[in-house]
Amino acid sequence: MAKKNLSKQKKMDTRVNFTPMVDMMMLLITFFMLCTTLAKPQAMQLTMPSNEDTNQLNEEQKQVTKASHTITLYLGANDQVWYIAGLPKYDDPSCVKKTSYGKDGIEKVLNEHTTEEGVNPVAKIKLAKKELDAQKNAHNSKMTDEQYQEALKKLKKGELPSGEKVPAMTVIIRPLNTATYANMVAALDEMLISNIDKYVIDNVDKMSEDDKALIEKAGVK
Amino acid sequence: MAKIKIQKKDIWIDMTPMSDVMTLLLCFFMLTSTFLTPEPVSVNAPNSVSEVKIPEQDVLNILVTPEGRVYCGTENKNNMQAMLDAMTDKFGVTLNANQVKAFREDAMVGASMSQLAQYLSLDQEKMAEAIQKLGLPLDSINGGKSEFQEWVSAARDANPDIRLAIKCDSKTPYTAIKKLMSELQDMNENRFQLITNLDVKRLND
Repeated sequence: MAKKNLSKQKKMDTRVNFTPMVDMMMLLITFFMLCTTLAKPQAMQLTMPSNEDTNQLNEEQKQVTKASHTITLYLGANDQVWYIAGLPKYDDPSCVKKTSYGKDGIEKVLNEHTTEEGVNPVAKIKLAKKELDAQKNAHNSKMTDEQYQEALKKLKKGELPSGEKVPAMTVIIRPLNTATYANMVAALDEMLISNIDKYVIDNVDKMSEDDKALIEKAGVK
Repeated sequence: MAKIKIQKKDIWIDMTPMSDVMTLLLCFFMLTSTFLTPEPVSVNAPNSVSEVKIPEQDVLNILVTPEGRVYCGTENKNNMQAMLDAMTDKFGVTLNANQVKAFREDAMVGASMSQLAQYLSLDQEKMAEAIQKLGLPLDSINGGKSEFQEWVSAARDANPDIRLAIKCDSKTPYTAIKKLMSELQDMNENRFQLITNLDVKRLND
């Protein structure tokens, strides 16, 4: 009898209430979700010449680059943009043409620009880069990052994998004082899209009088 | 009168799976998160297709608002302290312990040296309000460096590996950013990173 009494254990309910814990977890998650940024911001690398040698550098580059390898962009107010393909003709304001930002604007202008050799370097380089990217992203690709960067560097100089050499374009970006920062970034972005390595951000205040007169005549503002 | 017997059901829900999921989510957020750095003024960066990530360390953030106000700061508080010491020495400003503490807690410098002590004595809420009307002066002092340039060179002295990241609002007039970049170029700081948001639509085109 006594033995029976001892064996009679009280059955405890071992279920723990998790609701408060869930509440707390919810709060913590909410806190983390509100305080964090999942998407890290991107950055655009920009290297400017130092102020002392800016003038010299421009002179040098003007001598090296052929006229038809140059495009000048003028960034104006209200997201307007103008370009001059080749050298400016100071007596003919119609050489300054209006275009727009984006795919059907600057990108198209650069893409369709034909140099004196009769080639469209930007379009050719872009095509070659697409092939390179495809090679890199192919699932059995053994291309390392260094190899990719090296190939890209060559490409931007105009050395196509087929052995053909196309001239590399030079772009002079001249944001007017009425432009905004977004315009400048948009123009730099176009350089990135069109794989143009040689570009200069020029100061309009230091422009020659001829240039100033030309853009005024052409209605660039 | 017959009583209707309502059967009492046990409405215990097992919360264990839910708590499991929550823990997983919590772990995910804790591991992937980088905390938002508080900025005195909220700034909308323009879009670009550049996919370069900015490094997490050794970055001097330069913030430019649409009005052209300039702020700067770095995430390393010891560097900030070194910058402050260098600047107070140079300009002959003395700060008490409370003001230095307030400076360390603040994310970015925005007050000019003449207003710094007064600004740092304010309450925390007032500081957040006041800094929106301040900004580092870009005017050169007696033909020499401007206060902004002094801060940048103090940051360079405190950490020689520091990189400059410019976060500028897309509506900022180009003249403001031109002045800023020209000041940086004057002191041979020619490499910047412009902080942008990824333009996915353009990237896929």
